[in-house]
Amino acid sequence: MNCRSEVLEVSVEGRQVEEAMLAVLHTVLLHRSTGKFHYKKEGTYSIGTVGTQDVDCDFIDFTYVRVSSEELDRALRKVVGEFKDALRNSGGDGLGQMSLEFYQKKKSRWPFSDECIPWEVWTVKVHVVALATEQERQICREKVGEKLCEKIISIVEVMNRHEYLPKMPTQSEVDNVFDTGLRDVQPYLYKISFQITDALGTSVTTTMRRLIKDTLAL
Amino acid sequence: METDLNSQDRKDLDKFIKFFALKTVQVIVQARLGEKICTRSSSSPTGSDWFNLAIKDIPEVTHEAKKALAGQLPAVGRSMCVEISLKTSEGDSMELEIWCLEMNEKCDKEIKVSYTVYNRLSLLLKSLLAITRVTPAYRLSRKQGHEYVILYRIYFGEVQLNGLGEGFQTVRVGTVGTPVGTITLSCAYRINLAFMSTRQFERTPPIMGIIIDHFVDRPYPSSSPMHPCNYRTAGEDTGVTYPSVEDSQEVCTTSFSTSPPSQCVFTVTKAHFQTPTPVVMDTLRVPMAGLAFSHQLSSSRLSYQPAALGVGSADLAYPVVFAAGLTATHPHQLMVPGKEGGVPLAPNQPAHGAQADQERLATYTPSDGAHCAATPSSSEDTETVSNSSEGRASPHDVLETIFVRKVGAFVNKPINQVTLTSLDIPFAMFAPKNLELEDADPMVNPPDSPETESPLQGSLHSDGSSGGSSGNTHDDFVMIDFKPAFSKDDILPMDLGTFYREFQNPPQLSSLSIDIGAQSMAEDLDSLPEKLAVHEKNVREFDAFVETLQ
Repeated sequence: MNCRSEVLEVSVEGRQVEEAMLAVLHTVLLHRSTGKFHYKKEGTYSIGTVGTQDVDCDFIDFTYVRVSSEELDRALRKVVGEFKDALRNSGGDGLGQMSLEFYQKKKSRWPFSDECIPWEVWTVKVHVVALATEQERQICREKVGEKLCEKIISIVEVMNRHEYLPKMPTQSEVDNVFDTGLRDVQPYLYKISFQITDALGTSVTTTMRRLIKDTLAL
Repeated sequence: METDLNSQDRKDLDKFIKFFALKTVQVIVQARLGEKICTRSSSSPTGSDWFNLAIKDIPEVTHEAKKALAGQLPAVGRSMCVEISLKTSEGDSMELEIWCLEMNEKCDKEIKVSYTVYNRLSLLLKSLLAITRVTPAYRLSRKQGHEYVILYRIYFGEVQLNGLGEGFQTVRVGTVGTPVGTITLSCAYRINLAFMSTRQFERTPPIMGIIIDHFVDRPYPSSSPMHPCNYRTAGEDTGVTYPSVEDSQEVCTTSFSTSPPSQCVFTVTKAHFQTPTPVVMDTLRVPMAGLAFSHQLSSSRLSYQPAALGVGSADLAYPVVFAAGLTATHPHQLMVPGKEGGVPLAPNQPAHGAQADQERLATYTPSDGAHCAATPSSSEDTETVSNSSEGRASPHDVLETIFVRKVGAFVNKPINQVTLTSLDIPFAMFAPKNLELEDADPMVNPPDSPETESPLQGSLHSDGSSGGSSGNTHDDFVMIDFKPAFSKDDILPMDLGTFYREFQNPPQLSSLSIDIGAQSMAEDLDSLPEKLAVHEKNVREFDAFVETLQ
């Protein structure tokens, strides 16, 4: 099938990068996570409950909703932190992007490893601006907050098209579709990567990070 | 049309739509409570969480939603609407948002009710969670409290967007197609936040006007028997059971008040309100109590307008304002003059303080007049008179400089017995020991200002009285309960109020009780030369002494 691709762009101040990225990523993952599946006999399964919580941003006038899963939050914060550091250290124009990719695993026969077939990719392009005065920063807080509101509305709009989603798997297939490694929620299999780009969009340093628990990359 | 849908599916679908509507209302109202919402994920399904989402059910909200729905479901032309509005403490109100759950005719026959529709409804609820934090009303609701509150109203029927002002915007949260129609959830929100004039909520009787966060103590209602959700994987069929969260979650009617966590939160339990009629009464209670507890330093008049009641809560706000004035001002508020005793019994401190304040204000004027008249007769010495009148020229200033008057306020003893020689009064030794000059009313005859007095003044006013003579027949305020400002009583066993009362009338220091007959200014002056002569005689001794020190 074709992979759905969505691109979002944000312009933020340096210290807002983390929160802006987390807001977007968590919102997407909120929609792409279910409760834990518990398979029973005869192919039936029950689904656990997903809790949510509000997160206030410190540097942006914004609040987003994320799934109540500390493991997931930690994983995202880790990669977003790496992205922020890479942005800061790149010394470039302050341009970079993160990609959140949802994929399915397709088992191949030996000696070939499993294929990862993405079915949805979210790309967030970030432009870091430097502000001089406190007043500008205050305005930036509000502006970025409003921008993020628009982004959330766009994300929700995409989610609501009810386009392709992987079929609900049987018990043997569940790890090909969902990330079952978390304790309390079950997002679709995803991986997050980021790149620091220059103005032309080409990758200055390509830095890949994988967050999959059980895949080998050949 | 609907023959394609078997009866089990139809029943399931109706149930899904009903609970979806209830959960939608919960999400919207909870998002406007003014607090962050947090629920826990649970890996083991309890079977009680509709749509696999942990959304708490505030019973009152559920009750109101059910009342509005009245057993019906959203259908074409019959939408369920949640109206969010803002109401200021002055009574102005403004609609902020209308959330609409609508159904249109576009059917999706192919869709599987038990599976796809359910999951899509779950996704739609997640979207709603996200969108409710994104509209402008969210930030307003997070800041609600003293100046304004956020209200909600649920109605069923035609969507009414008139109150949103010009240029309102719409955001669509999402749609879910079902075999009987397409469910659409959207929000229309106001852009123009300029204030409109006061309006009455008269269209339909507003339901629960005010929103409370009352989940502090209340246990999660999970009393109804639940069944686990069982799903078959794709390709299989039927035999699915659903959680039966239903009318066993009916709850009592309770009332709300906006309460950011810093204010008082009322957790009204079921035990108190058993009858259905208290819809009206309950909303009366909370505002009153809420007002009594509200922040003293706020000067806003919190006039909650509970549902269709038009309670004159502005009146209730009044004493709070005065209390605010009192607690914030100078401690000399305690110097309430001894009027005739009968301060009307007040139900609580703020009101009492309000009374006191009013009375105090009223007495300033007469005291000035009386005071001036009193001055000339206060002493026989012209010098004294001039000094004292200087000292007394501005009773208000004088009052300001003497910090705590042990006399007057809330005292049962005659004022004259009180001296100003308590240690904590600055320049106490220079203050007149008794106040009996004209009346003993300290407002009429405040002690002299230390700056304008010479040290000898203290002796002046001992004429004719010693400290502690009786004669003050003024009755003081009847003190019901004394809550001193800014005092805490959690550390010491004795609180400030008790301490104050106990040590209000300390006995006079012996060193300051000068014999009356012995002293007068003139005599002091006369005795000066003699004293000087004596000192001069001993000057050599003094010098020698000084040298030893060097």
